Amino acid sequence: MSGTGKIENGLPDGWELIVGLEVHVELATKTKLFSASPNRFGDEPNTNIDPVTLGLPGALPVLNEHAVELAMRIGLALNCSVQPCTFHRKNYFYPDLPKAYQISQYDQPLNVDGYLMLPGNVRVEVERAHLEEDTGKSTHFGGAGGRIHGSEYSLIDFNRAGVPLVEIVSRPDIRTAEQAKQYVSELRSILVAIGASDAKMEEGSMRCDANVSVRRFGEPLGTRCEIKNVNSVRSLGRAIEYEARRQVDILDTGGSIRQETRHWDDAEGRTHTLRTKEDADDYRYFLEPDLVPLAPDAAWVERVRTALPPLPAARRAALASLTGADVEGEAVSVVVERGQDTYVKAVVDAGGDAARALVWVQQSFADEGDSPRLPASDLAALTQMERANKITATQAKTVLGDMLAAGGGDPARIAASKGFEALDTTSIAVFVDEAIAAQPDAWAKYCAGEEKAAGALVGAVMKASKGKADGKVVTALLQERRGS
Amino acid sequence: MNDFPTVASIAADVAAGRVSARAILEEHLTRIDSRESEVHAFNLVMRDRALQAANEIDDRVKRGDNPGRLAGVPIALKDNMCTRGIDTTCSSRILEGWKPPYDATAVKKLAAEGAVFIGKTNLDEFAMGSSTENSAFGPTRNPLDTSRVPGGSSGGSAAAVAAGFAAGSLGSDTGGSIRQPAALCGLVGVKPTYGLVSRYGLVAFASSLDQIGPFTHTVEDAAILTEVIAGHDPMDSTSIPQPAPALVGVLGAGVKGLRIGRVADLPKGADPDVLARLDVAFDELAKAGATIVDVTLPSLSFALTAYYLIAPAEASSNLARYDGVRYGKRVAAGDINTMYADTREAGFGDEVKRRIMLGTYALSAGYYDAYYGKALKVRRLIADDFARAYAAADVILTPTSPSVAFRFGSKTDDPLAMYLCDIFTIPTNLAGHPAMSVPFGTGQDGMPVGVQVLAPTLGESTMFRVAAELERAA
Repeated sequence: MSGTGKIENGLPDGWELIVGLEVHVELATKTKLFSASPNRFGDEPNTNIDPVTLGLPGALPVLNEHAVELAMRIGLALNCSVQPCTFHRKNYFYPDLPKAYQISQYDQPLNVDGYLMLPGNVRVEVERAHLEEDTGKSTHFGGAGGRIHGSEYSLIDFNRAGVPLVEIVSRPDIRTAEQAKQYVSELRSILVAIGASDAKMEEGSMRCDANVSVRRFGEPLGTRCEIKNVNSVRSLGRAIEYEARRQVDILDTGGSIRQETRHWDDAEGRTHTLRTKEDADDYRYFLEPDLVPLAPDAAWVERVRTALPPLPAARRAALASLTGADVEGEAVSVVVERGQDTYVKAVVDAGGDAARALVWVQQSFADEGDSPRLPASDLAALTQMERANKITATQAKTVLGDMLAAGGGDPARIAASKGFEALDTTSIAVFVDEAIAAQPDAWAKYCAGEEKAAGALVGAVMKASKGKADGKVVTALLQERRGS
Repeated sequence: MNDFPTVASIAADVAAGRVSARAILEEHLTRIDSRESEVHAFNLVMRDRALQAANEIDDRVKRGDNPGRLAGVPIALKDNMCTRGIDTTCSSRILEGWKPPYDATAVKKLAAEGAVFIGKTNLDEFAMGSSTENSAFGPTRNPLDTSRVPGGSSGGSAAAVAAGFAAGSLGSDTGGSIRQPAALCGLVGVKPTYGLVSRYGLVAFASSLDQIGPFTHTVEDAAILTEVIAGHDPMDSTSIPQPAPALVGVLGAGVKGLRIGRVADLPKGADPDVLARLDVAFDELAKAGATIVDVTLPSLSFALTAYYLIAPAEASSNLARYDGVRYGKRVAAGDINTMYADTREAGFGDEVKRRIMLGTYALSAGYYDAYYGKALKVRRLIADDFARAYAAADVILTPTSPSVAFRFGSKTDDPLAMYLCDIFTIPTNLAGHPAMSVPFGTGQDGMPVGVQVLAPTLGESTMFRVAAELERAA
């Protein structure tokens, strides 16, 4: 993707923003990538450890098959090719890296050449999604800024060491901070939908680094900076916007960008230098001799592909098609995100009105999870009453509240018990004419084309009818009388 | 030959109740008491644990339980194999005081067959060397002539068997570290096919080359120990997932009809009396019915160079974990980088540092292709050469070591001269093949000469048949 057209990216005219994202996700396996210790967040420090996790002399890694399967799920969900692959050692010294090398994938990753679609038909290519092990977690005490240098002492928790990660690397196809946020949100939805990860940025089970550069439209790619320590989708947007602006300011005043890794400080709202390219480690990658090449056979790949559940994009399309709602609209995306699209379909299958079902589920099912307690047939019956104008939307909302609280119920009986009934059109027309007569100023404004003026008239009808008039019918009658 | 009891005879006698494991152990401990101060085979003699283990074997025999194939056999372990709760030092200051929380798989397998572990043996630090002079705890001496080295790096394991301190021992062989000391101490030493014996619990030197194997007085004993320690281990991903070859049963099969390869372009450097014994070996095998065929291995002359890039490269990574953070030695310092540097400066000896630097350099950005990358290509060429040779020959015979045991200090100032000790053994490790050294007479000064039998992947059965024939002819 490279365009010369104007994209609203928040930068001064003529500047293009280029972003690529590296997302690390912890896989939802029972055990670690190379040993049998539990992969569990939040346990007492240094309890989920063993000779392999600690890198004790003589201990050897054995690859976790379930981790490979989850990594393949991610690759297939991102439209990647799954290929024969190898493991390499990435060598560097740090106290929370027990072997002084990380087992990762280098020139032959498991998944390559995929893509992810964003709203507006924006395609972001996924270069690779590879398997690797996580490090332990260091906490530095005393000294400045929670860093190891200058601290008085450090504690290390090796529970996280050896936890399986998949690193998903996008190509630099992202052009706005908003797209970056959409990419991460969509990726998160996919990961959760396929059961590969709980993908919680706040717990660190999903971590995102952004490679940011800017250029004038039509010019070659600029020097990039890698932004680390971005801990939420919102921070990602802020960090990219800040960093892009910083780079433009430097270039605009005749300076040049230094390739470096920068740390996002969320409180200060700025990035600062973590290390420059010259300080970067030489990782001395070489083939991990303690493991053998991994070549998932075609049958295995197909089994994993076939077993993939429907992905969020397909589910949104299906829900939009079922309900007539906008596929990129909030209702569709929220309901799919919550996993309640199958419920909406069940309501429709039970004879319910699709559009009304979507509205109610979006508005009233936020706490219900992906399998609401309310029987789909009960919600279907409620939307049928609405469709037949037997009950107003306002009344329906009250009835639904009772049904949700009770975990079910017959909406007709609840409505009757509350004295709810929708007035027929003839009765409503009487209230409408009374309202027009009572508020000639509002009526005059409405007739002059001021749509907002209808509010006072509708309100008066609702008050007079004690909420039993259907708002849609009232509006239709007003329009009819105005002659529009 | 000496009259020390063999593995086979001890196991048979103990199992039959003709002699107690305790008596066998005490006999070996007596020899340790009389000569260990002179030989220094051990970093640790496990006297109390061994007595306890021997008593348990005797109880089992008394109860009529199966005491195992190695009932009461005193076995020494190279001190780079993890033993639960027992110091495992790799003859390095950096691991001093470290006690592994687990046993190596090979150690477990021996214990399960009733072996009695008598001690942990000295080695060149982290198995880097060919004389055991690189041990942080002082050299081991060759029991046959204590002015000479026992070879290395498994010099302690070789000396322990040669001195009658143990009936058999385990060593590890990365570039010849079992076969060369076996040759220099007059023993049988086996480097099995890569992946035949689990490396789980073997402290890594060069992971793609390391392999555990036995030292014994006889070919039969070597076959017994190899059978016991071989086999698939799910804890080692490079372990071969198939049953281990049968060895003891083939020893009497003879060599009639076998094709024995003679390397026409053998690299120069072997002493004349070593080559003379090799010629006799070919003659004896021919007399026993084998056919001698010429093979060529043109890439062999690059093997040493390739090895001294690949092995140090892997070592530089494998030894990076000794950083003072979690276990072993730590030299306290004001900041983390100084602590790393001071710990490693104090903890490692010169040869280990030399190889870490060499390997780090070979893997560095800008040098990888010219050094490590090229070495991997040579490794492939060597494997191809062997594949062609084994189309014409069932096994290949070469010297094990270019010379008999040399005197202390004669090569310590010249690392390259020391590296040349492994010129005939290294190609096997690069190819992942099995090879073994069989004692075959002596040189002019009376020191033993070893002949090396090389075989293709999982060719141990044929290799042992030939070794048994050489033993009969020696």
